[in-house]
Amino acid sequence: MLKDKHLTVTVSPHIKTALTTEKMMWIVSCALVPAAGAGIYFFGFHAALVITVCVVSSLLTEFLCTLLMKKPATIKDGSAFLTGLLLALCLPPELPLWMCALGGFFSIAVTKFAFGGLGYNIFNPALAGRAFLMGAFAKEMTTWKTLQVFPDGITAATPLNLLKEQGYDSLMKVFDSHSHLFRELFIGRVGGSIGETSAGLLIIGGLILLFARIITWHIPVSYIFTVMVISYFTGGVFGIPFHLFSGGLVLGAFFMATDPVTSPITPKGQIIFGIGCGILTMLIRIRGGYPEGVCYAILLMNSVTPLIERYSKTKIFGVKR
Amino acid sequence: MKAKITFKGGIHPPENKDLCGELSIKDFPPPGIAVLPLQQSLGSPSEPVVKKGDKVKKGTLIARSKGYISANLHSSISGEVIDIKKAPHPLLGEANAVIIKSDNRDEPEKDYSTEDVSAAGLSSGEILGLIQNAGIVGLGGATFPAHVKLNPPPDKPVKTLIINGAECEPYLASDHSLMLNNAEQILKGAVMIKKILNAEKCLIAIEENKKDAVSLFRQKLNSLKDIAGLEVLPLNVKYPQGAEKQLIYTLTGKEVPSGGLPMDISVLVHNIGTVFAIYEAVFLKKPLFERVITVSGKGIKNPANWRVRIGTPFKTLINHSGVTDRTIKKLIMGGPMMGLAQYTDEVPVVKATSGILLLTSEEAAAFEHLPCIRCGKCVTACPMGLMPAEISKMVEKGRIDMAKSIGLMDCMECGSCNYICPSGTNLLQYIKLGKYEYMRSKNAKR
Ligand code: SF4
Ligand code: SF4
Repeated sequence: MLKDKHLTVTVSPHIKTALTTEKMMWIVSCALVPAAGAGIYFFGFHAALVITVCVVSSLLTEFLCTLLMKKPATIKDGSAFLTGLLLALCLPPELPLWMCALGGFFSIAVTKFAFGGLGYNIFNPALAGRAFLMGAFAKEMTTWKTLQVFPDGITAATPLNLLKEQGYDSLMKVFDSHSHLFRELFIGRVGGSIGETSAGLLIIGGLILLFARIITWHIPVSYIFTVMVISYFTGGVFGIPFHLFSGGLVLGAFFMATDPVTSPITPKGQIIFGIGCGILTMLIRIRGGYPEGVCYAILLMNSVTPLIERYSKTKIFGVKR
Repeated sequence: MKAKITFKGGIHPPENKDLCGELSIKDFPPPGIAVLPLQQSLGSPSEPVVKKGDKVKKGTLIARSKGYISANLHSSISGEVIDIKKAPHPLLGEANAVIIKSDNRDEPEKDYSTEDVSAAGLSSGEILGLIQNAGIVGLGGATFPAHVKLNPPPDKPVKTLIINGAECEPYLASDHSLMLNNAEQILKGAVMIKKILNAEKCLIAIEENKKDAVSLFRQKLNSLKDIAGLEVLPLNVKYPQGAEKQLIYTLTGKEVPSGGLPMDISVLVHNIGTVFAIYEAVFLKKPLFERVITVSGKGIKNPANWRVRIGTPFKTLINHSGVTDRTIKKLIMGGPMMGLAQYTDEVPVVKATSGILLLTSEEAAAFEHLPCIRCGKCVTACPMGLMPAEISKMVEKGRIDMAKSIGLMDCMECGSCNYICPSGTNLLQYIKLGKYEYMRSKNAKR
């Protein structure tokens, strides 16, 4: 009876999970939609253009790279779309569009394909793209759209900028009370990159990723916890919510540091990675030349991922340590 | 060491155990032709004691164990030996088999239906002899001859006997149905084994998705006598809960050392089906010529649990169960996680067959082998604490030595890593290849 039917013969297993890489990429993209929407709502139409240009340029670059390198087309797997989206979310809302296009190109062509394509890149493509733009166009990359009413003498900036360059008193002149400041940070009504302002919506997105089992708790928890500890010791009770909700920390901890390709493969390694990200972020924020350190912290940790992996092997069942 | 809630790692594949519906066991009619491969266990194949033209009955010894690790083989139908020749084998591709043509009388060698109550008084040696004669092998799939396993060296006494009723493979429900239908016999078999081993405890472990079996066994334990030291323990539902090392770890908190055996930590595990076969051998003097299997999958019209004669060709069972008109993709012996894909339905049921699955293209996944995205899901899923992605990449590059150094040979081929990989990477294929290459080079050195 089965004679006329072709039986496929392979090794076991014969069933597999429904959660494919492609699905994972699209779920992550969807989890970013609320934060992206908030960015457009707060910063206006140009933010939408930035997002569109980044995504289109990433997709186009991906398409051309696979074509030129004669690799199977991977444009549909969602990873280039996600890279473009993530890149846009960490750019200033008024960045000239041609720079956005260049950033998308750099992310995909240089960070991803020059290293061999999906799975082989060392650095997080979106963050590497941002770092490249930062190096090339420092002025445009640090020009923030004003959202707050500024009393005399204080120019437009992100809260992290204000704190670093003009001190706590200036910050408190803009936001009259702590609770006002924290509320604005949580909602996202402060100066900053398109997608990193609304901590609340980003946390919702991060929880979606956790529940869909796309990421595990190891990196975000160890990262955020480390930042909280250091900010408590350097900034007291005020420091914890301030450092937690400002800048790109939540976006970075849930969406960037957790990039599977560029973070360690073992749970133990991921915890070390998260702690490292936390320490570097705070080091840059407090001591470094830049007001924000998330991007460089994660990129630096990306580069030591192989090293972390070497020292964070799993324990084999039945083998004594 | 204390019992654990569960083991580390593992996965939750869709169970699909309800395809079979009710858990009764139906008797499958004896086949017209029985194909009985001489190799039915680990170790050496048995040696035929019949020749072409001989008349045999159900239960007649047709091949005798040869060597220490080997098992007897009995005819599963009455009729005539028409040939001894190479025939399709579900594990080996092709192997020598005794072919018997039925005379449709199904005459048994002796009466196998009356329980010999005096068997309870037999000595350990006598019981072992009965088990050896009956040709019993591990029916969970390992097919290690039972009489050898039950005879551990004197310096490795067994303190804890574990009866494995986890049945964690999706689709399969044969052990479950056996537990519901033959609880009392299984318990009697367990008492026998405990006696042979002189074990202190006997733990009957059942996954919690079989609540009815758990409560039935508890109830039987309360009503039976002579059951000191027996205990029923429900297990969390997770694949591979029934894997020997993971089961032992969950129940005792002890890890079987890498490369070692359960008896190294004074434990022995027997599968439910084996325990029932031991009961039959000891109390009914019945050799192992039939077993319970699940015939299922969305390609099968009427999935069911059958008591089927060893040697029944798969196609006989499949034809009898009916084939749906969906696209058939794979024929599997065993479960979907560890079972073997078959190239033909001519292969016969052997002692190792726990199920036959006819999987449709919607059930049987295609593995695209996309690049690894280093998500670490395989690492978290591996119950042996390995890094499957790394091992597989090393094998792919031909670095068997490096793969070995990070645990290649500790892999038990459960397939969890491969199941969970979002990239559909053929992890287990490379790991198996690596193990094969390693063994080959090791044997070549000798
Ligand atoms: S590496 Fe081996 S033991 Fe680990 S999950 Fe994969 S198949 Fe199972
Ligand atoms: S699960 Fe697959 S993609 Fe993820 S690390 Fe393992 S092999 Fe790579």
